Amino acid sequence: MHLHKYEKIWLIFGIMALIIFLSVVGVSAFHQGHTPSGGHMKIDPDKVFETAPFDQPGVYENEDGTYEVVMVGKAFGYDPGKIQVPAGKEITFTVTSADVVHSFSVVGTNVNMMVVPGEINHKKHTFQEAGTYLVICNEYCGSGHHFMSTEIEVVEQ
Amino acid sequence: MKIGQIEKGERKLALANLGFAYAAFLIGTLCGLLQVFIRNDALTLPGWLDYYQVLTAHGLLLAIVFTTFFIFAFFQAGMSRTLGSFGHKVLLWNWIGFIVTSLGTLLVVIMVIGGQASVLYTFYAPLQAHGLFYVGLALFVIGTWIQGFALIGHYRAWRKQHKGEFSPLFAFMTVATLIMWVIACLGVVAAVLFQFIPWAFGWVDGINVELSRSLFWYFGHPLVYFWLLPAYMAWYVIVPKIIGAKVFSDSLARLSFVLFILFSIPVGFHHQLTEPGIASFWKFLQTVLTFMVIIPSLMTAFSMFATFELRGRELGGKGLFGWFRKLPWKDVRFTSIFIAMAFFIPGGAGGIINASFQMNEVIHNTLWVVGHFHITVGTPVAMTFFGLTFWLIPYLTGRRFTKALQKLAFIQIISWSVGMLLMSTAQHVLGLMGAPRRTAYTGYAHDDALAWFDGILSNHVTMAVGGSILFLSASLLIYIVIQLWWIAPKADVHQAESFPIASSDVSATPRFLENWKLWIGIAFVLIAVAYTIPLSDLIQHAPPGSGRFQTW
Repeated sequence: MHLHKYEKIWLIFGIMALIIFLSVVGVSAFHQGHTPSGGHMKIDPDKVFETAPFDQPGVYENEDGTYEVVMVGKAFGYDPGKIQVPAGKEITFTVTSADVVHSFSVVGTNVNMMVVPGEINHKKHTFQEAGTYLVICNEYCGSGHHFMSTEIEVVEQ
Repeated sequence: MKIGQIEKGERKLALANLGFAYAAFLIGTLCGLLQVFIRNDALTLPGWLDYYQVLTAHGLLLAIVFTTFFIFAFFQAGMSRTLGSFGHKVLLWNWIGFIVTSLGTLLVVIMVIGGQASVLYTFYAPLQAHGLFYVGLALFVIGTWIQGFALIGHYRAWRKQHKGEFSPLFAFMTVATLIMWVIACLGVVAAVLFQFIPWAFGWVDGINVELSRSLFWYFGHPLVYFWLLPAYMAWYVIVPKIIGAKVFSDSLARLSFVLFILFSIPVGFHHQLTEPGIASFWKFLQTVLTFMVIIPSLMTAFSMFATFELRGRELGGKGLFGWFRKLPWKDVRFTSIFIAMAFFIPGGAGGIINASFQMNEVIHNTLWVVGHFHITVGTPVAMTFFGLTFWLIPYLTGRRFTKALQKLAFIQIISWSVGMLLMSTAQHVLGLMGAPRRTAYTGYAHDDALAWFDGILSNHVTMAVGGSILFLSASLLIYIVIQLWWIAPKADVHQAESFPIASSDVSATPRFLENWKLWIGIAFVLIAVAYTIPLSDLIQHAPPGSGRFQTW
């Protein structure tokens, strides 16, 4: 197959760019640990409120000083409604859905999780600044989808 | 019948597909207009109509119905033009496929209008539409398969009669696109037949939600290449003829289509980067495979601009960019497609951001994605189709694309570009600020959300202005289509519109490029590598199934 000289240069440039992009993404993912939300725990979607930890959703402090936020998405809101967490501490969000697919997306952060029934999703995040953060559902979940939101109050300790 | 004109049977068939496409286009764009006004509170729908019904109709009618019907019209006309007229059987099966596809579409539309299926075009379980909605989806896909196999049958017959020859580039690309489409649909067909239909009709109690999502996205990403490849066909084969050039390189054109078969399917997890149930490793692997489509995209970009430059210099263009001014800008068939290509440059760059393992979190499900969609499918693909429409309909109806209509066509494509630019820029910016997509209102009582309404690129100004211009442009296009179809003066022998096919030199094209068994084999190996383990994991470690929810 004949390749024009300029086309070779163009393709080498493109392939090099590809290698650089993927290296950046790969190093960031596997060396620095920047992976998007995920998890492998399953749950009976009909028994969310009877299954630990979702039987008692809320904010918990771990022994090592980190926090865990346990939350359930349901049409059309979150349980618990409003929460308060400290700034500067690592927080693990643990979420699932009691009905259809939702999302748990904290505006202005990288916390942008799909909330899928039957699956438990996790994401770690540290809020650096105190303030009130808006949480919205950005996956269509029905007629009240646009009313589904809550707030996280981040306070200085 | 003059040389280059296809038989009456194929003309009728292609026109039937085009008619369906443009009917869907008209209703779909009207739904789009309603949306931008509802979102900024300028319009309240009557009680019997819901925003999410309108949104479902908009997505389905434009992204699936308009594109698919148009693509088949283009394929049918082009296959007949390049391979010769269809036999009786090929024509019959194309009609059967068309009817099945149409019935499926009507069933889906009836369910959506009846308020039984406000599930958007992704129809994520466990939102449950009426069972007939899923039957409609299945019929739609089966109908496209029947038409696809009929066209592949025509191609096979041609190859039998022309042993040792390369098929014309147009036919090769059509077959490549259809192969990709059939393989890609396997995912959505499996989900609809084995998961959604038994569940919606109550034969089984629960549905494995995460599995259904993965099967959907196995199909959902190649779907966008099913729209894009016919546009690429126009860029590779039609545009050079319009500007008076040849295909830049036959072998590179074929190679890029082969690479699209290989790399457009095993990539669906990049739509699921932020969800549980799939291990990071598999998400990352599919990110890498997604990035591979950059190579055929860059090859296409090179070929296009090389063709333009060579032709511009042939016409006497001097200096570094002198050739650019020599291009036939006054020919709307060329200009429309050139602008469409230009939109694909930021569109492709945005796509790389979407598919990036971590950056996806910033924009996932925000308005950014909507903006991305409109400068990829809504402009490069749709506007290329407009550019084809301007000659394809007169070619099929024997009418003339008059000077007056050409002027209108310029107004149409320029207004479409301006509308898209305004609307999609606003959508990209709002998405970066966190504004969600797929919501009727964005009036959250919070400073971050109030900021979405400030400034020039805000929700109510730019998006609505852009959307309104787009609707006016769409109406103008419908007017042009009606003119070209029924009203414009009949062309005599000298004025008749032709079906432009550029000549393509196959003397240096290697044989293995047309070895479909090889490419289909490699495609299945890549799919198996990317999907076998994560999908079997989703099946073996499935949670109890989800019930049925109708939350609209």
